[in-house]
Amino acid sequence: MAPVLEIRNLSVSFDTSTGPFHAVRGIDLTVDRGEVLAIVGESGSGKSVAMLAVMGLLPDTSTVTADVMRYGPHDLLTIGDAERRAIIGREITMIFQEPMASLNPCYTVGFQIEEVLRLHLGMAGRAARSRAVELLTAVGLPDPADKLRSYPHQLSGGQCQRVMIAMAIACNPTLLIADEPTTALDVTIQKQILDLLLTLQEDHGMALILITHDMGVVAETADRVVVQYQGRKMEEAPVLNLFEAPQNPYTKALLSALPENATGRRLSTVKDYMDQLAGGAS
Amino acid sequence: MSARDDRPGEGPGTTDPRGIGPGVERQQGVGPAGAEPPQARADDAGRRPVTGTPVLHPVPLPIDPVLEGRAITRHYHVGGGLFRGAKVVKAVRGVDFAVARGKTLAIVGESGCGKSTLARIITLIDPPTSGTLLIEGKPVEIAGRRPSRDLRSRVQIVFQNPHGSLNPRQKVGNVLMEPLELNTDLPAAERRDRARAMLEKVGLLPEHFDRYPHMFSGGQRQRIAIARALMVNPAILVLDEPVSALDLSVQAQVLNLLADLQKEFGLTYVFISHDLSVVRHIADEVMVMLRGEVVERGTRDAVFADPQHSYTRTLFAATPVTALQAIRARVERKASRRAAAGERRPAL
Repeated sequence: MAPVLEIRNLSVSFDTSTGPFHAVRGIDLTVDRGEVLAIVGESGSGKSVAMLAVMGLLPDTSTVTADVMRYGPHDLLTIGDAERRAIIGREITMIFQEPMASLNPCYTVGFQIEEVLRLHLGMAGRAARSRAVELLTAVGLPDPADKLRSYPHQLSGGQCQRVMIAMAIACNPTLLIADEPTTALDVTIQKQILDLLLTLQEDHGMALILITHDMGVVAETADRVVVQYQGRKMEEAPVLNLFEAPQNPYTKALLSALPENATGRRLSTVKDYMDQLAGGAS
Repeated sequence: MSARDDRPGEGPGTTDPRGIGPGVERQQGVGPAGAEPPQARADDAGRRPVTGTPVLHPVPLPIDPVLEGRAITRHYHVGGGLFRGAKVVKAVRGVDFAVARGKTLAIVGESGCGKSTLARIITLIDPPTSGTLLIEGKPVEIAGRRPSRDLRSRVQIVFQNPHGSLNPRQKVGNVLMEPLELNTDLPAAERRDRARAMLEKVGLLPEHFDRYPHMFSGGQRQRIAIARALMVNPAILVLDEPVSALDLSVQAQVLNLLADLQKEFGLTYVFISHDLSVVRHIADEVMVMLRGEVVERGTRDAVFADPQHSYTRTLFAATPVTALQAIRARVERKASRRAAAGERRPAL
């Protein structure tokens, strides 16, 4: 079976006043139907930028090059704007870290969900409204009919994220990209949102790419994991193998920096690990 | 302190003259339900009282607590207008705690549980609405009067976001010297020397003295914030989510730094966090808060080994675990679900 998304040798650089900045340096990535792929890395590892390149959401100052960047039959490198708009938001959708900031504060939740249905599926009026209620029910919001009339500021962070998810699954996407979807939320709400995403993913056979910096979230959600560091892929492995027998020194360092893996009062840091490595090599 | 430290099994029947012991606490009705008549809550906007009694594990009592709170409450008046009375939000509703010198008390809870309000009270930013705060055994009364310089120096705070808590137009050296200017009469040369020495203590370089905050990474900025807090030789450091904005590898470095500093200066930490794996690593005692009340309190080992209150358990269950058995079980569950479903893919 062909992968849903295939990326070969993706590089992204940004023009800055001090010359080009290379955010992503030659990443290979594929994701299959019904698979949860976690991309894990610290800030500056280029994990979000690579996915924004897929979505075509990078600013004009960026240069995207790749040998292959393909979604199904569509070549995302040469795709036209109209064709891209027909896919993005419908077949490939994305949710972001700050649910409050990703919704438009001037419109009701109902308007924003129905807008998706109108633009992509040509639904309107009562049909769109009842589908919106259906979607809010699917993401577990209480009083969905009432909630449609609410503005984002009247909802909590967790509720806003549920609305974002409702919009993202409105057109039965094949691929959902979630960029740190729970980082701004409390742990109990995080658990609910992750459970929701996994249930929807499994029920509908979606491919889910989960971008995160949290190894705990990776452990609880992923089938396969890609570890990124400074724009490069350090390691790729099924989730259990990654935690059980990490191969790359950076992955090992990252795992040993987890407080739960500490021996005694002292945490080993990535720097310790890298120093040790340098010392051992010389 | 250390003598009593080896007695974690101290029974709940132990009497405690100061009234902070577990046995006494229940009688005092620090607990929510039953302590106050239900109608007293009627004015309370959107905050239902917690049901059930707080779980107070037997804690080795500090002989000489450096920081102590007795039945501390804090109410805020919000909203209201010409024809409508203001609502009262009870952010903290009767919290007791005590921390011994050199120990770490972790306050755990989710947004809105009152943990940051409590931090503001401990740091003498806000006075409590009622209750008593004792610092080094002396009751502190700051309502309607500014705390003295000496008192102010005893407690310092490090905030969550090092990007917001440093003035972008102030050089690092000035950031560090300002608390000395405000709270001491040291001459300028002495202030500068101490600031340079502190930079090295927190793992920065002397040449960082003349740089601006934007030239530093998040972890380095948090080191600057910690250095600033330590300039006036505090006894107590309140750490309000000090590592939640940091990357994992940087988080480990800052936690190690905090442990080193605690040992060197005999600091007492009040560590506010929602991250239970960090709390488990750094805390001596843990206090779990929900809607302004303490629902469970005890030594770290007692709370983590045997959480009693339903909310504590919910919190623990929601915290992602990286244990191999858990991952293996999850992967196997998913595989068997897939096999059972036989690649069935219904439409939404």
